[in-house]
Amino acid sequence: MALQEFAPAAALLGLSVLVALLVVMLSRLLGPHRPTSRKQAPYESGMKPIGQAVRRMPVKFYLVAVLFIIFDIEVIFFLPWAVVFRDLGVYGLIIMGVFLFILTVGFIYEWKKGALEWE
Amino acid sequence: MPELECAFPQVVNNLAPCLAQGGMNADLANFISILLGVVLIAALPLATLLILLVVERKVAARVQDRIGPNRVGPYGLLQSIPDALKMMTKEDITPAGADVFIYNLAPIIAFASVVLLWAVIPFTPLHIGADLSIGALYLIAVASIGTVKIMVAGWSSNNKYALLGAFRTIAQLLSYEVPLVLALLIPVMIAGTMSMQGLVEAQRGMWFFFMAPVAAIMFFIANQAETGRAPFDLLEAESEIIAGYNIEYSGFKWGMFMAGEFMHAFTASVIFAVIFLGGWIGPGTDQLPILGFVYLGAKTVVVYIFGLVLRSTVPRVRIDQLMSFNWKFLVPLAIINVLVTALLLQVVNWLGIAPQGDAASDLIANLPQTVVLLLGNLGVMGTVSTLVRNMGRQQRLADEAVEADTEVEELAHAAAH
Repeated sequence: MALQEFAPAAALLGLSVLVALLVVMLSRLLGPHRPTSRKQAPYESGMKPIGQAVRRMPVKFYLVAVLFIIFDIEVIFFLPWAVVFRDLGVYGLIIMGVFLFILTVGFIYEWKKGALEWE
Repeated sequence: MPELECAFPQVVNNLAPCLAQGGMNADLANFISILLGVVLIAALPLATLLILLVVERKVAARVQDRIGPNRVGPYGLLQSIPDALKMMTKEDITPAGADVFIYNLAPIIAFASVVLLWAVIPFTPLHIGADLSIGALYLIAVASIGTVKIMVAGWSSNNKYALLGAFRTIAQLLSYEVPLVLALLIPVMIAGTMSMQGLVEAQRGMWFFFMAPVAAIMFFIANQAETGRAPFDLLEAESEIIAGYNIEYSGFKWGMFMAGEFMHAFTASVIFAVIFLGGWIGPGTDQLPILGFVYLGAKTVVVYIFGLVLRSTVPRVRIDQLMSFNWKFLVPLAIINVLVTALLLQVVNWLGIAPQGDAASDLIANLPQTVVLLLGNLGVMGTVSTLVRNMGRQQRLADEAVEADTEVEELAHAAAH
């Protein structure tokens, strides 16, 4: 029963993928297709590309990803709480206050450690 | 089973029961009604896209004291059609060393992830793709798929600029999702439901924009960043990374990214209008539900045009400013806002001024609650702006002191020689 609710979303997914596929195919049919090695080279403002593009990357991007995972998972926990928040009353407020306190302590630690600095 | 009216205007509102009444298999009737609805929903963003492209260029042109496109059709309104045709007939280049399957998948994800958002948008009291009980969560989940397309496109292109652009963009999108979700939490708390229809229904008495202005503004800013609009349009910083993650795409594959971006910007305005400006709420929607569509459209256009004007007037921020604005300002503010709203809602409950039952759709019954929440929000805004101003002043004074010191040193240095 619950899954049937998603039927329109699933149908929309199928339809949008189909439309996107069709349009891309159509443009492939309509457009010219004359590949040359120069044309296919990665664009680097006219310089000859040296080496592979996929290489080591700055660690700060990992840091952002980890920060996001921590926060997003905690934030997702808030949503069901928010739905029943008015019925839970003061009890819900205190419980979430504790949860939020732990989150905030971690956040302040990250801030002081300099994890939020972008150098 | 009561006899349904299946003449022309009514049949729009309950197609499946009407078909079943006409003797059709119930499953088949359901299937047909879902399919028709889905085609309509998918056609809507596509149709608006053609207009959006022109509107975007026209508004930007007016802001910059130009005329904008004015050759094709009246006032250049048909400009998108030749643009699309031109894009169609461009050569489709796959760069050497690209991961072909993933490379071709990215534009499709870009397009589908935005169209999927429209499944839970309530257009009128009766018309919605799927009124999921977790509508708000669905919005967050589907909007995050947009991040995947950027990673996939940047990674598979085998281009250093594309990869760098993808990293930057993902850092931005991930960061701004935290305040986005925290801002979305406030309406869910007030309404006590995640269903999109429920969120709109809860605004019958008073729009959430007036109950939670801090959350609304934060949601708008975060959306502006999520859709890559100025001042957060680092993903297309052409002076630094040429074009970002979609640099190796050409023809209509590139067009899919652009279409996805424009549609996402518009969809974000629709979502803002639904969640904070009351969606289809307006006079007369009970008698004539289809009017809700007009109200929603009008509210969306206001939000969208505001975003457009903002886009063409503000300069681009640097990436360190972008990140610290999010993590050091928006996220703490969002957490404080959640706490303050939770406290205020408890106060409202304790005072017993929350509107009950039918009174919830009455403006007067909602006023006390709104006043309490609005005052709380204004308090948060005032405190935060004072804090930020004081911190800025201290920073400025410290900078000036350092500058004065270096000047003295330089003078001493010059005198010694």
